[in-house]
Amino acid sequence: MATAENGSSEPKFRWIGTRPVRPDGVDKVRGRANYGADHALPGMLWGKVLRSPYAHARIVSIDTSGALAMEGVHAVVTAEDLPEIAPEESKIGEGPTNYRDLSRNVMARDKVLYHGHAVAAVAASSPAVADRALAHIEVEYEVLPHVLDGDDAQSPDAPLLHDDLYTKGVEPAPERPSNVASRVEMGRGDPERGLAAADFVVERSFRTKAVHQGYIEPHAVVATCGEDGRATVWASSQGHFMIRAYCAKLLGMEQSQIKVVPAEIGGGFGGKTTVYLEPLAIVLSSKSGRPVKMVMSREEVFRATGPASATRIELRMGCTRDGRITGAHARLEYEAGAFPGSPVGAAVMTLFAPYDIDARAEGYDIVVNKPKVAAYRAPGAPMAAFAVESVVDELAAKCGIDPIEFRLNNASKEGVQSTFGPKFKRIGNVETLEAARAHPHWKAPLAPNQGRGVASGFWFNGGMQSSATVQVADDGTVCVVSGNPDIGGSRASLAMMAAEEFGIDIERVDPQIADTSSVGYNDLTGGSRVTFATGMAVVEACRDAVRQLRERAAAIWGVEIDGVEWADGEARPTKGGGELEPLTLRDIALKAARTGGPITGRASLTARGVGMAFGVHICDVEVDPETGKVDVVRYTAVQDAGRAIHPSYVEGQMQGGVAQGVGWALNEEYLYDDDGRMENPGFLDYRVPVASDLPMIDTVIVEVPNPGHPYGVRGVGEVPIVPPIPAVANAVASATGIRMTELPLSPPRVLAAIDESRG
Amino acid sequence: MARRHVSTTINGEAVDFLCEPHQTLLDALRDELQLTGTKEGCGTGDCGACSVVFDGRLCCSCLILAPEAEGAEVETVEGIATGGELHPLQRHFLEEAALQCGICTPGFLVAAKALLDSNPDPSETEVRFALAGNLCRCTGYDKIIRAVLDSAAELRGEA
Ligand code: FES
Ligand code: FES
Repeated sequence: MATAENGSSEPKFRWIGTRPVRPDGVDKVRGRANYGADHALPGMLWGKVLRSPYAHARIVSIDTSGALAMEGVHAVVTAEDLPEIAPEESKIGEGPTNYRDLSRNVMARDKVLYHGHAVAAVAASSPAVADRALAHIEVEYEVLPHVLDGDDAQSPDAPLLHDDLYTKGVEPAPERPSNVASRVEMGRGDPERGLAAADFVVERSFRTKAVHQGYIEPHAVVATCGEDGRATVWASSQGHFMIRAYCAKLLGMEQSQIKVVPAEIGGGFGGKTTVYLEPLAIVLSSKSGRPVKMVMSREEVFRATGPASATRIELRMGCTRDGRITGAHARLEYEAGAFPGSPVGAAVMTLFAPYDIDARAEGYDIVVNKPKVAAYRAPGAPMAAFAVESVVDELAAKCGIDPIEFRLNNASKEGVQSTFGPKFKRIGNVETLEAARAHPHWKAPLAPNQGRGVASGFWFNGGMQSSATVQVADDGTVCVVSGNPDIGGSRASLAMMAAEEFGIDIERVDPQIADTSSVGYNDLTGGSRVTFATGMAVVEACRDAVRQLRERAAAIWGVEIDGVEWADGEARPTKGGGELEPLTLRDIALKAARTGGPITGRASLTARGVGMAFGVHICDVEVDPETGKVDVVRYTAVQDAGRAIHPSYVEGQMQGGVAQGVGWALNEEYLYDDDGRMENPGFLDYRVPVASDLPMIDTVIVEVPNPGHPYGVRGVGEVPIVPPIPAVANAVASATGIRMTELPLSPPRVLAAIDESRG
Repeated sequence: MARRHVSTTINGEAVDFLCEPHQTLLDALRDELQLTGTKEGCGTGDCGACSVVFDGRLCCSCLILAPEAEGAEVETVEGIATGGELHPLQRHFLEEAALQCGICTPGFLVAAKALLDSNPDPSETEVRFALAGNLCRCTGYDKIIRAVLDSAAELRGEA
């Protein structure tokens, strides 16, 4: 866990870069922290959702009378109880969302578009009664042909999911609807000319399956809605302001009628950046006049919440004999699930980011009869990196150049024109590659049947809107109030930045996450933005409070504010300001009532100056030639964090991203039967990595400070899921000599490839 | 449906509750006794978030029916700390950042305590296999395994 230093003059910090215990930790190890499903209210009912048994069908009729007649059933909701929503693009989610689609995903209207699509919901006195009531809702369906695969969905005779869907982004505009929602294209230079001039060209087609974010906490909500039309919602999500806005939109309410209280969140990884149950719980509560709790089963989580896209990527890349990439072209097809909105746009943007090359990519967003995809950690990027980094590896081998050297030869750096538009600002791509090359792992010996792979990864990171307030109590302690659910230790990093700003002990800072009515607006916890952007809001709010503290000290001393400086938690006269005794935070706070009232710092901002980030991973695998089983035996992740506020949680993000990426590479996939039913909707058959599947995951934090943040922070949460798939695949290629281009690299698939190569 | 009366012992205290005959111990703990520290990740015995020690054995409480708790001794995450003191496992989990979202943490603590109670000096591999029934999607397990090994050393008086 070394830290490579790259900053020029290293500032000295008291808290930044240390590893204090997180402020919310004790409740979490004692079992006292309240997650989504832990909330309960007196008189609460239990809500459950009836889901489609078909992948594609017209809803002919729904008869809820049988359920409503049952003892203990208090309300039933179908699409009839929700307003029809006009098409409108949402600006606040992570990834493209259309409110009309969102409404129809929350509750099917006219048609069901995937197995598991919600068609009705009930509220009853107990979960068991609610379950029985679902069986008494009669739905008549007219079953329609379905399409599960992005390739099939594009064929001219494929069943259409939406007869009003015309491909956007093609000229001339198509006259017939199709399952291709949109096309995007982006690039730099003339890659075809470069490809024609190349000494070596590699052309490959890659496929990846849908995978689930796999957060351990299923979606859960408790809602009350009174006769005055005001609702309170307790839910775990990646953004309670998102829940408020989405529920208001989908239910035709004002945002001021809804208060959302954030529960602790048991993992999200992008999958909790939208609503599923929340609007239904509000309507059920409004109809029944009682609080309603809804908790998804794991099976529902798999069948009805956001997987990541299945993809097909075709890539051509060429280079000169001496290892200079001359051009690349990619065609990406991403499945969006039942409604448009895969992350193919982000994939098209990120794919070539580590390289200073002429390249072009075109992406297609394709609807199929599967659940609508949701964001998953660096949405769209890991699959694209699988393609690019595999081909880069092959080209390096053709040139006989060390793969890290090859990447360094072509690395993007400050001032380079990216393929997605802007020129790169200060980035740590080269530094991470150099740190990987210098790591002992890179040169360590390998045992028989073992192989080593390396891969780069990139993510933009997010800025967006954040707010924070800082309240100084009269004992000189500080409450930092922000509005982003803490998904992995962000309270700790916000408290540390506040302690640093005030120059006080971290024990005197109380970081709180407030409900939607108690703090200014905050965009989602997503895009690796919280420590960066909300951190920036906290820093600004602290500076606002410190300015007020200096003003108060100036008033007490009868000097101008310029005569007062702030350091180590106290106001001091500036040099030459005479022999005044410093006033501590507590001294000033105690006198607040007489010097102008409570001291409250505020900041609301749109964070600019996002620091894009890169990672390089080295992976060793051992492949069992008899069974095809791949074991990861050693792993090192190197990443530019800008500055690690709390290094343990930065390492944790890196290690967690690696584990998810390794699962994606080796095991995880949605399996469907011919009727469009997911066959493995549980953790027994959808196998995520367990402790015995993985080695320790070594981490190297590179720090190339982001000039756009007061402490140099870049986002860290998403980059580490980008390199693992190609790092594993490159390691398998090195161990077996076989280039695998289809995920997952599960034992049967690897064994088949080995058998085939033996002839 | 008539509710069942169950008399049991939870974290050393005699407890009575009423439950439905088909209700799981997990649901009874959470919904009848408000002991919500025990979590549900799957309800099918695949994630370990609901881990409890039941009559001395580590179990998934989602796979036990509540009426089976009649006369049994149940230990949950709420009983791991004693007399206002965190257990070394809880302390090491905090100090070594072995939790991110923390939803898996109660299950890991219960399972790790069960392991160390029976094997005070496990190897890394033994820890990994003993905790293989507990899923964590956030941490990649690295810091969890280290925290358990360091707790074991402390409990043996080596740290
Ligand atoms: S909830 Fe019992 S094992 Fe997952
Ligand atoms: S810390 Fe989130 S699942 Fe383990």
